[in-house]
Amino acid sequence: MCLAVPVKIIEILDIETAIFDIDGVGNEVNISLVEDLEPGDYVLVHAGFAIEKLDREEALKTLEMFEEIARETGMLSADGENL
Amino acid sequence: MTDRVVEGFKEGAPGRAMIQRIKELSGGRRVTFMEVCGTHTVEFFKSGLRSALSDYVRLVSGPGCPVCVTPNSVIDRAVAYSLRPDTLVTTFGDMIRVPGSVSSLEKAKSEGGRVRIVYSTLDALNIARANPKLNVVFMGIGFETTSPTVAASIEMASKQGVPNYSVLCSHKVIPPALEALASGGEEIDLQGFLCPGHVSVIIGSRAYAPIAEKRGIPCVITGFEPLDMAQGILMLLEQAVEGRSEVENQYSRAVRAAGNGKALALIDRVFEIVDSEWRGFGIMPGAGFGIKEAYADFDAEKRWSVEVEPSKEHPGCRCAEVLRGRILPVDCPLFKKVCTPQSPVGACMVSSEGTCAAYYKYGSEKL
Repeated sequence: MCLAVPVKIIEILDIETAIFDIDGVGNEVNISLVEDLEPGDYVLVHAGFAIEKLDREEALKTLEMFEEIARETGMLSADGENL
Repeated sequence: MTDRVVEGFKEGAPGRAMIQRIKELSGGRRVTFMEVCGTHTVEFFKSGLRSALSDYVRLVSGPGCPVCVTPNSVIDRAVAYSLRPDTLVTTFGDMIRVPGSVSSLEKAKSEGGRVRIVYSTLDALNIARANPKLNVVFMGIGFETTSPTVAASIEMASKQGVPNYSVLCSHKVIPPALEALASGGEEIDLQGFLCPGHVSVIIGSRAYAPIAEKRGIPCVITGFEPLDMAQGILMLLEQAVEGRSEVENQYSRAVRAAGNGKALALIDRVFEIVDSEWRGFGIMPGAGFGIKEAYADFDAEKRWSVEVEPSKEHPGCRCAEVLRGRILPVDCPLFKKVCTPQSPVGACMVSSEGTCAAYYKYGSEKL
């Protein structure tokens, strides 16, 4: 039940409301629980509320760690191709 | 347009690499970790990770299904509200089929009770605005992920003047349940908690420090893509092998050390920590949220009295032990025989994220 889906904010309507895009369809979400939101940001949506903004830098760091593990075990080539 | 920040977590090669690492690191012994969250339970099955890892890691499902830990006494009360002629009960869909002592909200509805499923507390508030002559009670269940959204609805109802809205509050707080499990950890030989990602978004990684540091059980906060989960298991295994017991955050793109400050401040304005009854755990000190006196007008239990018989449990149901990881669903004599998703006896078979429902759907062999 704690399901939360990452979605992209496309428009901020007011201090409490934004529109997010999911499969090309716009939906409203309450944004009163997150700070400094801008169009283009990704948020986690749970039960009609954005509960947190996804940190792009941290996401990329985690992805780099994944690739490093894959390279070390020989499952990914140096240029990122699946082996 | 795809974006790596979301889509990058769905690629395959790193997953195979992490399973390989887990295999090497385990060195032939099998460790026991608990996935606390029901969403993790389901995703471990769906992704194939549970069986891919089963030789190295025994995954025990925990109490992280709000529907499952809601005690019968609360369901009985919601049923009673729905049968009052002046009252409409709104609830998340998961809750409607959960049997209480004698009935469920679904049964109550078929007997003339007023019950509406909502996706959000905002919908429940709108129903209250549109029906000023009805008392609209929202069934407030859920962990820290959900409680801010319910607190927000209470604050809105107060500020905007929606006097016919109230909440039957049975919100649960996760860390005390993990403490209880950690102190009885020897029963299931527990060597690590895969901590719930979206509860942690709100409470922050710091909240688990007492469990890792004082109880000595490694904690890794983990996201919900299969790659996140494989890495979470790998991080737990590294701690177990190296004899460390720390809080680590695999889900750093969403979880900060101090959590979501705005959500925590909102919770603090509306709720207070109370002792709370959990199915499987009994009454645990500090394990729930109650509505603060300042918002008593929106507390269904303080506003509307209903007569409710003392609650009782089905004698054969072993949900309580399933929720503590003591037995697997297959060890319950009712599983698949008397208790099925079509005709559930216990709460763990009702919710799509309940442990018994997941084992029923995806496989019931001992894993």
